[in-house]
Amino acid sequence: MNFAVDGQRVFAYTAAHAVDPGKPAVVFLHGAGLDHSWFGLQSRYFGYHGKAVLALDFPGHGRSEGPPLATVDALAGWVMRVLDAAGVKRASLVGHSMGSLTALECAARHADRVDRIALLGTAYPMKVGEEFLGAALRNDHAAYDMETIWGHAPEVPLGANPNPGMWMYGDTLARLERLAPGVLHAGLKACNDYAAGLESAARVKCPALLILGRRDLMTPPHAAHSLAQAIPGARTVTIASSGHSLMAEAPDAVLDALIEFLA
Amino acid sequence: MRHERAFDARERGFVFPRVCRPGADFAPSRQIDEPRKLRGAWTGRSNARTVSAPKYPGFDTLALHAGQSPDAATGSRAVPIYATTSYVFRSSEHAASLFNMERAGHVYSRISNPTVAVLEERMAALEGGAGAIATASGQAALHLAIATLIDAGQHVVASGSLYGGSHNLLGYTLRRFGIETTFVDPRDPQAWRAALRPETRLLFGETLGNPGLDVLDIPEIAAIAHAAGLPLLVDSTFTTPYLMQPFTLGADLVYHSATKFLGGHGTAIGGVLVDSGRFDWEASGKFPQLTAPYAGFHGMDFEEESGTRAFLLRARREGLRDFGACMAPMTAFLILQGIETLHLRMPRHVENTRTVVAFLAAHPMVERVLYPELPAHPDHELAKRLLPRGAGAVFSFDLKSGRDGGRHFIESLRVFSHLANVGDAKSLVIHPASTTHYRMSEEDLKKAGIGPGTVRLSIGLEDAGDLVADLERGLKAAR
Repeated sequence: MNFAVDGQRVFAYTAAHAVDPGKPAVVFLHGAGLDHSWFGLQSRYFGYHGKAVLALDFPGHGRSEGPPLATVDALAGWVMRVLDAAGVKRASLVGHSMGSLTALECAARHADRVDRIALLGTAYPMKVGEEFLGAALRNDHAAYDMETIWGHAPEVPLGANPNPGMWMYGDTLARLERLAPGVLHAGLKACNDYAAGLESAARVKCPALLILGRRDLMTPPHAAHSLAQAIPGARTVTIASSGHSLMAEAPDAVLDALIEFLA
Repeated sequence: MRHERAFDARERGFVFPRVCRPGADFAPSRQIDEPRKLRGAWTGRSNARTVSAPKYPGFDTLALHAGQSPDAATGSRAVPIYATTSYVFRSSEHAASLFNMERAGHVYSRISNPTVAVLEERMAALEGGAGAIATASGQAALHLAIATLIDAGQHVVASGSLYGGSHNLLGYTLRRFGIETTFVDPRDPQAWRAALRPETRLLFGETLGNPGLDVLDIPEIAAIAHAAGLPLLVDSTFTTPYLMQPFTLGADLVYHSATKFLGGHGTAIGGVLVDSGRFDWEASGKFPQLTAPYAGFHGMDFEEESGTRAFLLRARREGLRDFGACMAPMTAFLILQGIETLHLRMPRHVENTRTVVAFLAAHPMVERVLYPELPAHPDHELAKRLLPRGAGAVFSFDLKSGRDGGRHFIESLRVFSHLANVGDAKSLVIHPASTTHYRMSEEDLKKAGIGPGTVRLSIGLEDAGDLVADLERGLKAAR
């Protein structure tokens, strides 16, 4: 479904259901350069299992209009305005990578509106290499290559995909190559510049779950340690075989962890 | 070693790796990197690189490994043949989740099968696509592409130089179902443009046309297609991803008769349809098949559901479900066996072809040889640009002695096999006017560059000297 937020069209995948205010809401927040479909299997599951699902496309991503937002602060503010526009008073937030920092910030600021946060492929600080940022700033294809290769476990190109017939590298590149100039850089910069992680983590009042991939090259599990320690009562699930693209590399394990957490 | 280095980097604690170190570890890869540089230059779809990027596995490595992990149950290194129709559900809930596409996995082998999935992923990797679907034949792959995108009352613009079976499907069979095709001279961009109608939904050609080996100017035809908001489908059977990767040139969909060079040994009939994932169906606005709720699939909007995977999702979940032209696991295994040596076989196919072409081109009994690497071929310059590794191993030549000469020639060959196929490890010969293209009118034959004395060869992997000696024997008989 489409909303208007800040004068721009915003797209949210709702798993073919109207957003029912009587159901608990779950909002999915994707990573830099990607879109709502990266949560395809998981968001569809919850949409058909009693939740009101909103899998958002951040501004400039997927079907959402507008210039991309280059700070986690702006992304978090935007998410809350989207919830207002959708008439969602409270929601659980499931965020991946850039989306995980956004979910964290939303939870820290709006304890009254965020029920639970699941942070996938997360880290703090989420520093981005200078060459990666620079390539993204120049809209250089090398930035897409870096996101594609470092965004998956090293075994991915020489192994089987859980989704029959799909080639994860090719699918990721196809998504990134459709981006308008500047979109990937804005997302990476938001991750790189985010400096409020530990303070925000300490302010989280709701249950929190970290889902990490042991083979993650971008946000390896040890880089999420400080965050896991700082969020009161946070639990961590580590998926042994997965890299950064947890939802595609380990779709069932991610779904099972989310089912247990959001039940 | 690559994995160990990645681990080392992680142990050092970097998050979003900070530095692209120069050297082998992060040097641009030879196989995948070079064509992608061209994409920016020719289509403007993506940008050239100004820094070295991390390395993709090379083509040869992907041909052996992509799509398969050692079997979880047995450790089998070779791809196991999962000869099963169906897969036991863990619970009723698991079954419902699989049916409703909430979990990944296999349900029924008409839709997907673990052995076939290895072939699909491997071909997607070799082509640089988002994913692929294997089919019962190359013709089934073409049909699946068209049936997924095109409704009755809509229209295709296709090259006039097509394999006879494709010509039949488009020119006659699909017309029965209300899908019209206009055939155009593949070398005339204006003809492609002029044939576009408001109801046109697809442009289609072969990387190397059949049998005159017209080289499809993919960057040019893709630009025409994209300016009209339409995708370009390419039959890449004659070139294989080893000789050309059409997505790097701007094509949106690619299919193969895997029966030919991919399988490579004349043992199995199959096809593969690969989607680049780059065509924006939503932006085009011409494909409600992918961008509007579909009653035939629980009201699903395929693009909304799956973004870059919209075409593959509908092709698999509707096309394989309803038309049912799936690939058998044994077939997938045989084709995978072929693909594992594609990078070794194709250079030898091309090398032998060059030897045979040089012999025939200099022979007094031969009127002309149609091979794009010859300066006289109308697409010589284009072939140098698009096919630097070689213009394939299938070509035609015309005997001066016409139809009777052709018959004597073929019947006196001993090494070449007279049959209706190409892309075998063994050398093959056929007379198109009386076999593969016999349903075409004289006028269409002429348009396709086929004369009464035209002979088509598919050059195999035998000793090149033996091939030349065999042809010499045939030419003597054709006098």
